[in-house]
Amino acid sequence: MQKMILVDPTKCTGCRTCELVCSVKNEGIANPARARVRIVRFDPVVFEVPMFCQQCVSAPCLAICPAKAISRDKESGVVDVNYDLCIGCKVCMLVCPFGAMSFDPVGKKIFKCDQCGGDPICVKFCETKALQYVDVTAVSSRKSWEGAQKFSELMQKFARELAPAG
Amino acid sequence: MRKQKIGYVDLTTGEVKKRDIPESMRRKYLGGRGLDMYLLYNHVKPGCDPLGPDNVFVVSAGLLGGTPAPSSSRFHCGAKSPLTGFIGSSNSGGYFAPELRFAGFDHLVVKGKSDKPVYLFVNDGEIEVRDASHIWGHDTHATQQMIRDDLGDQQVKSLCIGQAGENLVRFANVRTGAKNAAGRTGMGAVMGSKKLKAIAARGTLGVEIAHPEEALKLYEEKIQKVLRSKATLAIQEYGTMVVFNTSNTAGQIRVRNFQTNTLDHAEHLEPEYMYENYTIGKAACFGCPVHCRHKYIVPEGPFAGTYTEGPEYTTLGAFGTEFGVRRIETVLRGNHLANMYGFDTLEFGSMASWAIELYEKGLIDDKITGGLKLEWDDEKTIFELVDQVVFRRGLGDILAEGPERAIKKLGEDTRYYNMNIKGMSNLHSDERAIPSFALGIGTSTRGADHLRSRPIIDLFNLPAEVLKNHYGFDVVNDYSVYETRGKMVWWHETYNPITDSLGICRITTVTFSLNRLGYQDFTELIRVMTGMEFTPEELQRMGERIYTLERMFNIREGASRKDDYLPERYYVEPTPAGLEKNRGKKIDREKYDQMLDENYEMHGWDKNGIPRKETLEELRLDKEPSHIL
Repeated sequence: MQKMILVDPTKCTGCRTCELVCSVKNEGIANPARARVRIVRFDPVVFEVPMFCQQCVSAPCLAICPAKAISRDKESGVVDVNYDLCIGCKVCMLVCPFGAMSFDPVGKKIFKCDQCGGDPICVKFCETKALQYVDVTAVSSRKSWEGAQKFSELMQKFARELAPAG
Repeated sequence: MRKQKIGYVDLTTGEVKKRDIPESMRRKYLGGRGLDMYLLYNHVKPGCDPLGPDNVFVVSAGLLGGTPAPSSSRFHCGAKSPLTGFIGSSNSGGYFAPELRFAGFDHLVVKGKSDKPVYLFVNDGEIEVRDASHIWGHDTHATQQMIRDDLGDQQVKSLCIGQAGENLVRFANVRTGAKNAAGRTGMGAVMGSKKLKAIAARGTLGVEIAHPEEALKLYEEKIQKVLRSKATLAIQEYGTMVVFNTSNTAGQIRVRNFQTNTLDHAEHLEPEYMYENYTIGKAACFGCPVHCRHKYIVPEGPFAGTYTEGPEYTTLGAFGTEFGVRRIETVLRGNHLANMYGFDTLEFGSMASWAIELYEKGLIDDKITGGLKLEWDDEKTIFELVDQVVFRRGLGDILAEGPERAIKKLGEDTRYYNMNIKGMSNLHSDERAIPSFALGIGTSTRGADHLRSRPIIDLFNLPAEVLKNHYGFDVVNDYSVYETRGKMVWWHETYNPITDSLGICRITTVTFSLNRLGYQDFTELIRVMTGMEFTPEELQRMGERIYTLERMFNIREGASRKDDYLPERYYVEPTPAGLEKNRGKKIDREKYDQMLDENYEMHGWDKNGIPRKETLEELRLDKEPSHIL
């Protein structure tokens, strides 16, 4: 079963707890600059969008890596870096459309989200559930349901307004 | 953690220095407000002009800033206050403090005065003084964006001043993000006097954690503790506005300056109404699970498109009840203007409603107001005064000087109507029925204010044994009495400096609810994040040390017992409205004096409020100023 981290930016409060716990867990330091997730914040009309690796099926990083250091786990679908092969050329950073490949200036290596091996710490700490770890196949049905719910609320309101008085 | 530094900047010479913070100083003052007080006591020249080059502006992150400690995002700033002439101290949440720490610094000490507008850029161990000529004159939102553009990095976090700070409004404040404000004591005017428009930070160094694995477990445990409190859940939903309904009904707020203590038909100031009609989302400070900040937009009408976060409970009073205003949109507009211009809503509301009452009573006339008719519940009056204060015109120019200077200008007979203590106005609350609250605003080191000690838990009349278990001494479980209030307030006066030195928000600590974070939790968080071990008793004594040092700062500037009294109206006029229990109440002078005695005794201060020699020795303050840092 493949799972993905589903993002709902409307629920994100921008607290950056995800960045914080990610860096502490993966790097042993509180440092958002070394986190695998990044909250992009539009100030001052505040809107926050959590950004991280989408584990793309046709992953540009994987395709372009000259050292063949990036591969995909067949079962989980997670794209990962093999540090024995990685030459640190940073080309993957350039091609990633989400800014999900980062370079660690201390450890001198590329790093990215590996979903914490199946138990993402960011999801665990997300208070408003803006981040959820769900079965990929369940995402579309979940989105359909949410969309239909909004539609149904709208229709009910509409119906009430149109209903004859009395 | 030990790598975090203090940066010293002299704006007159442009010189920048860096120093490590020895562990011995951490053990005495932690960081944040605590170490800032040490720096101020040691660097501010006694008797100096608060708006002159000899004043020193300090900014800091708390000891736990940027770490996985719940709600530890607060920065603290301080200086000699241009409003009170005593200690200036204010703090705020947001994202600045963690970023400052990630950039390698915990404290900044800014001295001197630049001759052209500048801003500081703190970046990965370096501090740069940069030209801010093109930013000067802009509001706080534009300023932050211009700095991000100037540095070419959208992740930069800044604190800054708006036009109020530039124009030396004595209650101008320091701002970061959309609405976060270190609101009180006029720290924005100090920045303005130094021509310091902003301090920007960007860091990729991070903050070391002593025990990373334990840190995440502890973080989870403490978050759960905070969220188990029902009071937290209410604040998650409605923000601090949630306090309004009960305090208004009970008769604990100021209406039309100080004329009554309940505003009837104020349903539109209630959080439920706000939430349904204006709130569009929730925002949180760094690492905080509470997300008390609410984003709002005014969809239509004369203020259509007004967007900010808030308003806080205090601003409901400052732009609402104090003017007799019942329209939330007036409050939202006022809140927005305060955010943009960068001034303290509490001080503005108090000063402006004072002016309206003076006008009503005939103590000032059209000559003073420049023909402006000052009226209650009138948007024109309020927003004209905002403009006049910020841009220093007409009557606003006088109000911008703060209570004491304005009283001098308008005449001693206006004093009776001014609600200030130590030269700073009180918030919109009425403490006549709650002696512990009244004592707290009296003794507060920074002038009339609720955040130095207010024991909100007093209102709940908890069982006596619960209170005894918490305080460690007997407390009468009735908020209307004077007995044991001196001790109770003392407990909070020494507790709050610890939360402020750690950078942890009041909302997650025992201020509102006994079930939230207390000394024991702090010792665990400090150990896991920094490796330093303390006992709860040691932290309590440290809180006493920090608070006493603030007191010493004030004493050095001439303060004593005489400055710890309430405005005259508290003793003279009984409360006209509110719940039965709160009606007909005024402060009893004799009993107030007894509370003061009891409070001083707990601190180890003499009858005049001066710390005794043995108290200073026990707190190891007897050699201050020691000029170690």
